[in-house]
Amino acid sequence: MSPRAAWRLEGLGFSEVYDYAPSKVDWFAAGLPMEGTLASVPTVGDVARRDVPTCTPAEKVGEVYGRVRGTSWDRCVVVNEERVVLGLLREKDLASDPEATAEEAMRFGPTTVRPDTPTGKMVERMRKRGTAFVLVTTPDGELVGLMYRETAEHMSDEQA
Amino acid sequence: MPKTIFRGGVRELLKEGGAQLVDVLPSEEYAESHLPGAINIPLKELNRETTARLRRDEPVIVYCHDYL
Repeated sequence: MSPRAAWRLEGLGFSEVYDYAPSKVDWFAAGLPMEGTLASVPTVGDVARRDVPTCTPAEKVGEVYGRVRGTSWDRCVVVNEERVVLGLLREKDLASDPEATAEEAMRFGPTTVRPDTPTGKMVERMRKRGTAFVLVTTPDGELVGLMYRETAEHMSDEQA
Repeated sequence: MPKTIFRGGVRELLKEGGAQLVDVLPSEEYAESHLPGAINIPLKELNRETTARLRRDEPVIVYCHDYL
């Protein structure tokens, strides 16, 4: 639809017309601001913890574990230089061979969701699958944060 | 010829100031959700009168729902 609109505007004499082809689905999925009636619906992006620890694929597991152990976290997201999610180190992985690299110890391709997913819908899916947390990324795979189901459930209860 | 633009480009143009966002979806869909600052001119209503409020000397970015 937007390409036709762009051509139409050019036909009407506008000289600098851009077609944002991926359109609003792409914008909201990246966790960017929204206006309108749906803007008040809580989303995964609102609940996700953005302070989740990260490491690079080349870091030694022992070093990563040392860094994570001093926090309230028991996992670490492996990201590249663009903060694109490559894998996940859970507690068991963190406590494995300290000389292994994060890339060697990580679990590949963890499930991710977009920040504009409504929290209620996500909690329901997670309950069905028995999932305790989920990683939140933009459509490009860039890490936004990690959402615990428990946190989202508490939020839903408070709003009810 | 209209140029295709992606998220990063949209953000840059908006940051520079002056760019106008036009949501060409039906008004009900616009009311539900739209990009901040976007105005709504549904595709079927794009004509000289409805676009009169747009500045012709500034970039115009149009969008709809998704690629389709």
